Amino acid sequence: MTIRSILFGAAAAVLLASSPALAAGGETPRPERMSWSFAGPFGMYDQGQLQRGFKVFKEVCAACHSANFLYFRNLAQPGGPGFTEAQAKQVASEYQITDGPNDAGDMFQRPGRLSDHWPAPFPNDNAARASNGGALPPDLSVIAKARSYHVGFPGFITDAFIQYQEHGVDYIHALLTGYVDPPADAHVQPGLHYNTYFPGHQIAMPKPISDGQVEYTDGAPQTVEQYSEDVSAFLMWLAEPHLDARKRIGFQVMIFLLVFAGLLYFTKKKVWKNVAH
Amino acid sequence: MAHTETQDTTTRRDFLYIATGAVGAVGVAGMVWPFVSQMQPDASVLALSTTEVDLSPIAEGQIVTVQWRGKPIFISHRTPAEIKAAQDTPLSDLKDPQPDSARVKPGKDQWLVVIGICTHLGCVPLGHQGAYNGWFCPCHGSAYDTSGRIRVGPAPLNLELPPYAFTTDTKIMIG
Amino acid sequence: MEGHSTYQPKGKLAQWFESRLPIVGLIHSSAVAYPVPKNLNYMWTFGAILTFMLVVQIVSGVVLAMHYVAYAPVAFARVEHIMRDVSYGWLIRYIHANGASMFFIAVYIHIFRGMYYGSYKAPREVLWILGVIIYLLMMATGFMGYVLPWGQMSFWGATVITNLFSAIPVVGPVVVEWLWGGYSVGDPTLNRFFSLHYLLPFMIAGVVGLHIWALHHVGQNNPDGIDVKNVAKDTVPFTPYATIKDIFGMVVFIIFFSWFIFYIPNYLGHSDNYIPANPLSTPAHIVPEWYYLPFYAILRSIPDKLGGVVAMFAAIAILAFLPWLDTSKVRSAKYRPLFKQFFWIFAIVAVGLGYLGAMPAEGGYVIASRILTAYYFIHFLIILPVLGIVERPKPLPASIAEAVLAKGAKGGAAVVTGASAPETRG
Repeated sequence: MTIRSILFGAAAAVLLASSPALAAGGETPRPERMSWSFAGPFGMYDQGQLQRGFKVFKEVCAACHSANFLYFRNLAQPGGPGFTEAQAKQVASEYQITDGPNDAGDMFQRPGRLSDHWPAPFPNDNAARASNGGALPPDLSVIAKARSYHVGFPGFITDAFIQYQEHGVDYIHALLTGYVDPPADAHVQPGLHYNTYFPGHQIAMPKPISDGQVEYTDGAPQTVEQYSEDVSAFLMWLAEPHLDARKRIGFQVMIFLLVFAGLLYFTKKKVWKNVAH
Repeated sequence: MAHTETQDTTTRRDFLYIATGAVGAVGVAGMVWPFVSQMQPDASVLALSTTEVDLSPIAEGQIVTVQWRGKPIFISHRTPAEIKAAQDTPLSDLKDPQPDSARVKPGKDQWLVVIGICTHLGCVPLGHQGAYNGWFCPCHGSAYDTSGRIRVGPAPLNLELPPYAFTTDTKIMIG
Repeated sequence: MEGHSTYQPKGKLAQWFESRLPIVGLIHSSAVAYPVPKNLNYMWTFGAILTFMLVVQIVSGVVLAMHYVAYAPVAFARVEHIMRDVSYGWLIRYIHANGASMFFIAVYIHIFRGMYYGSYKAPREVLWILGVIIYLLMMATGFMGYVLPWGQMSFWGATVITNLFSAIPVVGPVVVEWLWGGYSVGDPTLNRFFSLHYLLPFMIAGVVGLHIWALHHVGQNNPDGIDVKNVAKDTVPFTPYATIKDIFGMVVFIIFFSWFIFYIPNYLGHSDNYIPANPLSTPAHIVPEWYYLPFYAILRSIPDKLGGVVAMFAAIAILAFLPWLDTSKVRSAKYRPLFKQFFWIFAIVAVGLGYLGAMPAEGGYVIASRILTAYYFIHFLIILPVLGIVERPKPLPASIAEAVLAKGAKGGAAVVTGASAPETRG
């Protein structure tokens, strides 16, 4: 017992010794945790929110960002924004896609089809950089899973128990609502913009959206806050399109396994009933 | 152990074993299914299942081959003589009886659209060849007529028709 | 493996077959009649769980390989293709990605169980060393598998780990370029890692075969660490007793596994690996997968390039010498009061090294890593040899049967009921 208590003391000392380093790393505030409809064991996407988010994505984000893994057919697939196939075709046909070569060997333009992917705003990364002051707007296909924030101990352990996986969307939402006037002592370089939640606070993307910029038809408030939540949810769907199926199947699997484990437990007890062990 | 137990407990024990075994079997089957299902054509393959073809550049008497779902599709712009030959063939002469009118769209007798795969063992037949001036399969000698119907050789069926529709007078959408 | 079977083929055909290929008898002797100490606890189900995990990883991996393409410009997109378009592709990929972690969780429990109960001591030294080889092969397989999605962590993890070999004096840089197949990690590296990642699991399966063979030859250790003296009194047949217990343990483990697959599939991964590999920009924080973290901490704690690499490999290699570093004749920690305490200290040190491996290499973390690294080696090189000499173990029970009865009497939870004597079995 004594050895154990010495050890715990030593462990505590180590943690204390290392805490200044922790504090030094935490100058970017932690994004606020939102209550997402798709969080938790029974979380599902909100179709209305995904449709609104898609509108924001289409009218605002897509002007600079690509989403190469988004196909028009995805808009009508189960577990998504819930557009009909006709609506998805309609969206596709609004875009001109380069196809070819035709019989004469030339590339040509034609309206988009369901099997086409979302057309990128720039032909290649260098063109994208050239048009955006040297910064490359990242592809948004899996951005909601490619961003996170540091949770630290013991939060990272409780997250496993409460099934919190929404760090990426929290960050995107915080970033989109995090454009504020720089504090007096901040030194914002030309071409960069001050953002509370961006690591280092200096981001190349200017404030992308303002109140009333995108028109909603379902009566949802047309505010930056609402736009940010909606487009973050849409980007989560874009990154994890089968989340609904995953959680639905997961629940069935869990129920099955608990029943099976229960049966096995009693079978095991029966088998071992007459053996001391 | 059984010899120390009464009839009742034996029955209950057997039931427990059977129930556990049955639930286990269901579990294994459920686990196997995704691993079987993953080999089906995936969503990106399914989405490519239509092909649009502009017919206007195809001259009379010409056969062109386009691709649909990875298969060759023969589009034959038939001459009046070829149409007549196809229409005049009595059904009794055919191995797989089917009138020419059932193989083209109404009012579009000049356009024959068939899947270019021999119904014998899957080779691609050659156009304007063979005894019936339709298609001839070099693999095993099956000959098709100008309506793509099997006339001689080991193939059992006529060349298959893909699902297609005229979107305009000179354009078809296959699939 | 042989010698326990009472298997006699019944039919003529079965006899004919058995006299030509005695495979049914082999299965019978090793999975049905094989005597299992009756005092095994649930820690002993992890062998079966690990076998299951190896099968899960091979089956899901073979399936993923049907859809994946090991070509740098498309590898990232192909993984996303699996996640999005392939029927149940998301499920199979999450099984495989989280399965690697589950495999390591199970193997760590298995290793620590072996350490606690002295399963490495004579006559199980070869069994133990085969286990260390499996562990090494698993680390290599896991590392190469993590490179395949070709995200930022894949790329930079591959860069850092392959650069370890540049610490080799004189030939280091040549060896590293040979590993890469170029002047940096690139497409040739990805392709060869894919090939090896597919090969190594089958080598693991082979060594697992030897591991089980050795196990069945010397017999299982048990929580009391004493030898089986009377097969009839001390053991039960593998089937149904161990089989049903293993399956139950396995299903409970699958519940744990499913929690990750279905609810927190990206919890054990790193978000940077969803950013496609970019050879021009290193992520702010390179962290290996959690199961390498203790060794990563050891690597970073030594302020010398070659020294760090040597210390890291030594930390793994030292495990192979454990049977001779532990000088005590008593196997189980149950009867070694001092060793038991040092075992738990070692376990906490190992977890602590894992924690430090995930932290930035600065300030207090570095000092803590050095202390724990030193302790890691002291445990093996000083504490264990000395402990065997100075420690006074508790008296061992005379037999497994006696140990079991003592436990039943003490706990007051005797399972003996009705007319059956304790040793009665079907």
